[in-house]
Amino acid sequence: MKGILKGMAVTAKNFVGSYFEKERLTTVQYPEERLPLPENYRNFPFLVFDGSEAEAGLRCVACQICEKECPPQCIYIVKSKDKKPDYLGKPQFYPAKFDIDISVCMSCQICVEVCPFEAIKMDKDFELSRHERFDALLLKKDDLAKSNEYYHKIHPLEATEVDGRLAEAAAKKKPAPAAKPAAAPEAAS
Amino acid sequence: MSVGFHELAEAPAGRMSSRWEGELLEISMGPQHPSTHGVFRMNVALEGEIVRRLKPVFGYLHRNHEKIGENTSYLGSMPYTDRLDYFCSMTNNWAYALSVEKLAGIEVPERAQYLRVILAELTRLQNHTSLLGFLLSDMGAWGTPLMYAFREREKILDLFESLSGSRMMCDYMRFGGCRVDPSAAWIEAAKRVVANYPAFLDEFEQLIVENEIVLARTQEVGILSAELAVSAGITGPMLRASGVNYDLRKVDGYGVYPRLKFKVPLGDHGDCYDRLMMRVLEVRESLGILAQAFEQLPGGPVVNPKVKLRAFKPPVGEAYGRIEGPKGELGFYLVSEGGASPYRYRVRPPSFINLTVLEDMCLGHTVADVMVILGSIDIVMGEVDR
Repeated sequence: MKGILKGMAVTAKNFVGSYFEKERLTTVQYPEERLPLPENYRNFPFLVFDGSEAEAGLRCVACQICEKECPPQCIYIVKSKDKKPDYLGKPQFYPAKFDIDISVCMSCQICVEVCPFEAIKMDKDFELSRHERFDALLLKKDDLAKSNEYYHKIHPLEATEVDGRLAEAAAKKKPAPAAKPAAAPEAAS
Repeated sequence: MSVGFHELAEAPAGRMSSRWEGELLEISMGPQHPSTHGVFRMNVALEGEIVRRLKPVFGYLHRNHEKIGENTSYLGSMPYTDRLDYFCSMTNNWAYALSVEKLAGIEVPERAQYLRVILAELTRLQNHTSLLGFLLSDMGAWGTPLMYAFREREKILDLFESLSGSRMMCDYMRFGGCRVDPSAAWIEAAKRVVANYPAFLDEFEQLIVENEIVLARTQEVGILSAELAVSAGITGPMLRASGVNYDLRKVDGYGVYPRLKFKVPLGDHGDCYDRLMMRVLEVRESLGILAQAFEQLPGGPVVNPKVKLRAFKPPVGEAYGRIEGPKGELGFYLVSEGGASPYRYRVRPPSFINLTVLEDMCLGHTVADVMVILGSIDIVMGEVDR
């Protein structure tokens, strides 16, 4: 009997405590109340573009490394026939098609790690429920392309670091380039 | 499985009440989540309420893990290992990274070694804590203790999330180190969680240690003898509860465990109560390991810069890397032919092998005890079925 009473004391302590201690009342009323997501939180990949125009500023050069390395094979890329200038002004291929099936993606971040162009990053948007299972969860290039400002907003520290790296690479390649939109590391948060 | 019914058909017809006497009734427990342990089915032959035969049926969560591992790159298997024992993705990562590092002869920097110890012990904390909650849940303390356990587990998962980006599918370790270097703030937060843990554990123990219901439900229930445990290849807390001193952290001394002081708790009855208390004691030892690891944590890189991420091809050979996971010996056996993916990829899952003695432990006990015995094994179906 003594042991059971001791156990009951623990429950009583937690019950009463939940009215006074934040520690014991951890419930968050989700849609109204939200916990901040940590900087490193990852969900599904997106494509970063520089400047204001998605099509023109896309960092992706359709090298297809992420497509090859993706463990569940959820990325589908079609390389363009022609070339257009990238953020350094150098003519590069671009993805004519870039699809990610987020119903297959397992958010492992390997695409981000293998990308040599800092073009693909992890998004933080997790409210992705759709009315339809197939096409709605197959994200196309237009859905995936998000601005560098957005990247700064969701991963402030990481994005600043990436901008620094890109600026360094740009400075190394061309001492005085005419157009390098990526090399403007604003510490926007 | 209709053995019981065949026997029944041949039994001499008598009065209804005596006709069933001495007969076995075969029932199927599961696979719809028998209590809280996943899609697992047991075909049980009962005499009244007493278990006379028990056949575990696996495979409801089989998803070809090993074959996928043989068809994807070495790196590509890393996120899949998270999904083996989804309670302990950090230790799964470590075991896999360890075997690949053995295969390719990769050095791991000091800081990464310590981080791995810290994360593995945090995993052990949350695994054992939630197991205690599940066990109490199996015994009828429905919900409340489990929620206390989950409340604490959530703090550790928050740490994992802020470090690796995901609460459970961490995918944190890489060959030759770890993926992200934790910030000073993270280390402080982790230290705080560890420092507050004993207070929670003391409180939580009050629900278990002296509780008469827990004692009655677990003591002398599901006894596993040391001989059977050793011959069946049981590992982890379950083996130590039977009194066998075998802890890979001591035996193999992988990582930096030889530099850390800790004791290996041992049980002496091998019953469910010992297995339960084994977890409590191990958590206390883990807290000691964590405190030392935080103290000794050196600076420096967290990943070996020489290891290529892409086009990683280890030399021809084979390797078996194993660690003491929270559930037991978790090993990965890899055979390389020099290609981008292993020729053979084999997982030695602790909870699958620990489950093989389920029948031996359950015979002669009631149906209600089966749930407690199953719970005390600590299984996760993601790992059992792979």
